[in-house]
Amino acid sequence: MEVGQMQRQWIDYTRSLFIEGFLDAQFLQLEQLQDDNNPDFVVEVVSLFFQDSHKLLNDLTVALDQKSVDFKMVDAHVHQLKGSSSSIGAQRVKNCCIAFRNLCEEQNIDGCLKCLHQVKQECCLVKNKLETLFRLEQQIMAAGGSIPLMELSF
Amino acid sequence: MDNNGCLPCTRREGFPAGLRVLVVDDDPTWLKILEKMLKKCSYQVTTCCLATEALKKLRERKDAFDIVISDVNMPDMNGFKLLEHVGLEMDLPVIMMSVDGETSRVMKGVQHGACDYLLKPIRMKELRNIWQHVLRKRIHEGREFESLEGFDFEGIHHLMRNGQDQCCDDVSLFALEDCISSTRKRKDTDNKHDEREFGDSSSTKKARVVWSVDLHQKFVQAVNQIGFDKVGPKKILDLMNVPWLTRENVASHLQKYRLYLSRLQKQRDQKKCSSSGIKNPDLNPKDPGSSSIKNSMNKQQNVVSIDGFRCPNNGLVQLHESDFTVSELNKTEQRRALATNNIIPDPNMTKVSQIVLNQTFSPLNSEGNIEVFDCTIPTQYTWNQVPKRKLQDDPKSQSIASMVSSPSAASSIASSAVDNIIPVQSKSLMVNDQSSVTSNPGLKTQEFDASLIPDLEFYQQNLLWGGEAAFSPLEEDLNFFLLQSECYNDMNFGMHSIDMSDYYYDPGLIADVPNHLLYDSADYSVVDQSLFIA
Repeated sequence: MEVGQMQRQWIDYTRSLFIEGFLDAQFLQLEQLQDDNNPDFVVEVVSLFFQDSHKLLNDLTVALDQKSVDFKMVDAHVHQLKGSSSSIGAQRVKNCCIAFRNLCEEQNIDGCLKCLHQVKQECCLVKNKLETLFRLEQQIMAAGGSIPLMELSF
Repeated sequence: MDNNGCLPCTRREGFPAGLRVLVVDDDPTWLKILEKMLKKCSYQVTTCCLATEALKKLRERKDAFDIVISDVNMPDMNGFKLLEHVGLEMDLPVIMMSVDGETSRVMKGVQHGACDYLLKPIRMKELRNIWQHVLRKRIHEGREFESLEGFDFEGIHHLMRNGQDQCCDDVSLFALEDCISSTRKRKDTDNKHDEREFGDSSSTKKARVVWSVDLHQKFVQAVNQIGFDKVGPKKILDLMNVPWLTRENVASHLQKYRLYLSRLQKQRDQKKCSSSGIKNPDLNPKDPGSSSIKNSMNKQQNVVSIDGFRCPNNGLVQLHESDFTVSELNKTEQRRALATNNIIPDPNMTKVSQIVLNQTFSPLNSEGNIEVFDCTIPTQYTWNQVPKRKLQDDPKSQSIASMVSSPSAASSIASSAVDNIIPVQSKSLMVNDQSSVTSNPGLKTQEFDASLIPDLEFYQQNLLWGGEAAFSPLEEDLNFFLLQSECYNDMNFGMHSIDMSDYYYDPGLIADVPNHLLYDSADYSVVDQSLFIA
């Protein structure tokens, strides 16, 4: 595939991520922050997020698995995840967290468990999407092209 | 805007570049992002993921930082606690951050003395602005003595009456000493700074008062003797009988004293301490070097003080900084407090707003009009929360309205909108606006091309473009994209779909667009984060 084609593909793919709500504007902010000093900034930040979220989700699973669930702690974790997801613009994850917190307030264990499942799914989804995106970016760079978004100072 | 025209100082070149920021956040992702963002602002960044670590760094070198930015939720220490410590010990401006923008939280931040409360995700422009807090604090301190003539004694009486029997345990007094000395130190350096940086009357030469333990004891005894209801700097001064002490010195000291007492009062009310003289373990380790001496002295004072301060009423003291700060700051805090009071974020509303937004734009689309969006600086966080239409604060809205200049359409809209303006939930908006209103109204004004959004009536003419602070010139962030109208209908949430391959910038359409969009409409349509105009 030639570079121009790949770039168009990248554009369409990115666009779809926004339309479908996987990402929001914060992700664009991250892209803007990337520069020559930190050429892999976005990838680094996203990786950090997934590391952190992985741990948080584990903690959540454990917390909800207890005989007597400590909802305050669960809420704290979810709040943390909400903050993290907002950092990379993982919108659907963030929205899930919002719903999750409401359920925590209601102390609804079943609801929480369902939500946890959903959050995990959303994290997985966005992770896959981003990985695809980054792969595409790598291909473009390898073929000597550049990433359209950054050039046009979106 | 790297240099606001001040004389360069030896501490750093071209204020605000090189501003030394300490960032505290337990989230590693955010820490990395903030570090990068601050570096882009040419600030000098130090990061910490633990509050205790941050305090350690701050205590190691008391003048190593200019400003602290901290998250609210941290595992080892509550962000508000950190805020208090920093305010007391180092007297640095502290900005709080959180993904949670609930009014109560924000209020708490303000009450604990935060200069600002930013909502995550944080935008570059907000970080660029933080230098104003440093500047403001310095100016405020420089003018403190000047302002003391109009001292608010009512505030004092209210404070005193509301229960201070626990206020003077040894640790609190000890901390007060600390606070005073560090404030003084800061004033000293700030004074030098002021002179170099501003080179004008804003730096006043003050008497260098050393509030030693003895002196403070005398002060407290005098206050006790007079009685809280009648206390005043003049009376204290007379009683203290210290010839070289001026009324201003006493007044300023009294001010700080009250501030600390009120903070303690709040703490006590929360903890419901029953006995007096309770040591606060948090505060004790502050200054291990001299603590033993001070503690013993303070114990003595403690005995005296408690007898004197025993008050019948243990009501909660709501100390607002407006009670005793400079009058201009007074308004600032009040406005902010009002702003936060009126903002009740409700994440659930965003869906509604999105739907409304779709509807809003469809008539525009049908007319073949094209929306212009700036996707460079998304104002996501601003519209995450939905402000309720409760703003009654006319003076504030007028001040904001005054910022809107430009095309007649816009100004007529703005003026008619004065009564019904909802501030966006960004707390920093208020602060920014004030600084912009007072300093550079010209810069803040946004040109608004009415032809672009013809159905302004749809918004009930309450579209207001809040301005950012002076740092960004009008032309700076002008990246506008024409969006295909079809995209609106299938807009989910978040950004409108952007046709990336052929966006172009038509200067005829919009000049500059601000970050904050204030408007109110009868159907309470709220622009959510999908509308990026920056």
